[in-house]
Amino acid sequence: MRHRLLRHVAALPPALWLALFFALPFLIVLRISLSEKATAQPPYRPVFDLSGGLDGLWQAVSQLNLLNYSAIFDDELMWGAYLTSLRISAVATLLTLFVGLMLALPMARAPRRWRGPLVMLLVLPFLTSFLIRAYAWIAILKPEGLLNGLLLHLGLIAEPLVLLNTETAILIGIVYSYLPFMVFPLYTSLEKMDASLPEAAADLGATPLKSFFLVTIPCIWPGIVAGCALVFIPALGEFIIPDLLGSSETLMIGRALWNEFFANRDWPLAAALAICLLAVVLIPVVWQQVRAEAAR
Amino acid sequence: MSRRLSGFDLVRLALVLAFLYVPMLLLVLYSFNASRLVTVWAGFSTQWYGSLLRNQALMDSAWISVKIGLVSATIATILGTLAALALARNGRFRGRLAFAGMVYAPLVMPEIITGLSLLLLFVAIGLDRGFWTVTVAHTTFTLGFVAVIVQSRLAGFDRSLEEAAMDLGAPPLQTFLLVTLPLIAPAVGAGWVLAFTLSLDDLVIASFTSGPGSTTLPMRIYSQVRLGVTPEINAASSLMIAVVAVVVLAGSLATRRRAWAPAR
Repeated sequence: MRHRLLRHVAALPPALWLALFFALPFLIVLRISLSEKATAQPPYRPVFDLSGGLDGLWQAVSQLNLLNYSAIFDDELMWGAYLTSLRISAVATLLTLFVGLMLALPMARAPRRWRGPLVMLLVLPFLTSFLIRAYAWIAILKPEGLLNGLLLHLGLIAEPLVLLNTETAILIGIVYSYLPFMVFPLYTSLEKMDASLPEAAADLGATPLKSFFLVTIPCIWPGIVAGCALVFIPALGEFIIPDLLGSSETLMIGRALWNEFFANRDWPLAAALAICLLAVVLIPVVWQQVRAEAAR
Repeated sequence: MSRRLSGFDLVRLALVLAFLYVPMLLLVLYSFNASRLVTVWAGFSTQWYGSLLRNQALMDSAWISVKIGLVSATIATILGTLAALALARNGRFRGRLAFAGMVYAPLVMPEIITGLSLLLLFVAIGLDRGFWTVTVAHTTFTLGFVAVIVQSRLAGFDRSLEEAAMDLGAPPLQTFLLVTLPLIAPAVGAGWVLAFTLSLDDLVIASFTSGPGSTTLPMRIYSQVRLGVTPEINAASSLMIAVVAVVVLAGSLATRRRAWAPAR
């Protein structure tokens, strides 16, 4: 009995911590997203003030409104930022899937003693800072950068290509930064797969390409879905990569939120953008959960 | 599925590994460039490492980042381990779903939302931003990672060892300290290292929650990177890459030695 009590006590400190620093802040974000911008400190109103008593509280609640949400849908720049984020994240996820398969397929086929070192080689670059990884690409993609230098030297191009501050640069940055999130689920499903299945397909006359699409892909489908979710969801809210590698024209939602908050000091609008982003992030997660429940 | 690799497989592997490593190698190479222009090679020099060490603002930020990392990783490891114990051992309890949701949600939450919501909390309760607000924020977003690692270790854990200790009369706390904790120690250690690395790496959450005098290293690097590529940042990045490489190699050698030991 005492033992069980002790175990319940174990849940208490993390539960209190997360309630205070994770759940409560969300309620505050939700509340501020319903407030109005004000030139004050803090820059929004109404501010809940308990000294007003119940009447004051009621007055504050009655001042809440949905203006910030309608502002997002009226402003082409704002909902455009969501569409841009969705489009860039989707394309980047497909590219990451392609590169991930290029790596995971030979990894799963490699002799056993090679696999440990290969996993290690894959992980190592991703333990370095996210910022450094994006930074490394700036020097390569700049107009007077290393890639243009190489291509000019080889005589393949006559004029430097514009690579930095384009959507291409954002896509390269996302693929480069999120590759392991794709490779690990793919590699785990490939390793579990029965090696005799593609062999059987080949014996029955399937070309390697046909066997890949009709046998391998269905077998590793759960790994593909997991990898795509792990890349797509964080890429949606990405700030560093579009900020350092993208141009000011490609506004992704992470940057829009950052600008509203830090540059325009419109905290209520930034809070409303965060709530909308959360809804976009939650939809695929909930959909996945519902499908998993239905499959049971 | 173990088979011989074809030539095509080797080419694919080599291409992807080149994609992963060439940017890093170029970054390190150009930190030894004598020229201030990052893209023109003008001979070998270590002058940027010297000027890095003389850059007081950068050094101060590095020290602040290390302090925040040490404190937040330690608190996150304690709370994350407790959360993993509660989730792995209690079976179904009231509020389990909500508890598990709060533990795991920060893993997929966009950083920008975590940062914004914590800042709004700190403003609402009138807390001055600084060292402790960043530390609290980092603890909150890293404790879920610790919980995942420790929980996977607890899942493959032989419960009969704990039961044996209690049959022999050890009280629960003693059983935990003398039996459970030593057995899950590698996972707890790995969780701490991950939490420390994540804290050291974070730019977005720190930008929201830090105040004057608590500018972290990524924030300092970010503000310099926005002004352009400088060899000094290359040198700082190379040092950080070297530290990570040494820690990872030492860690893998240590676990390999341990893995060999029982085989004899």
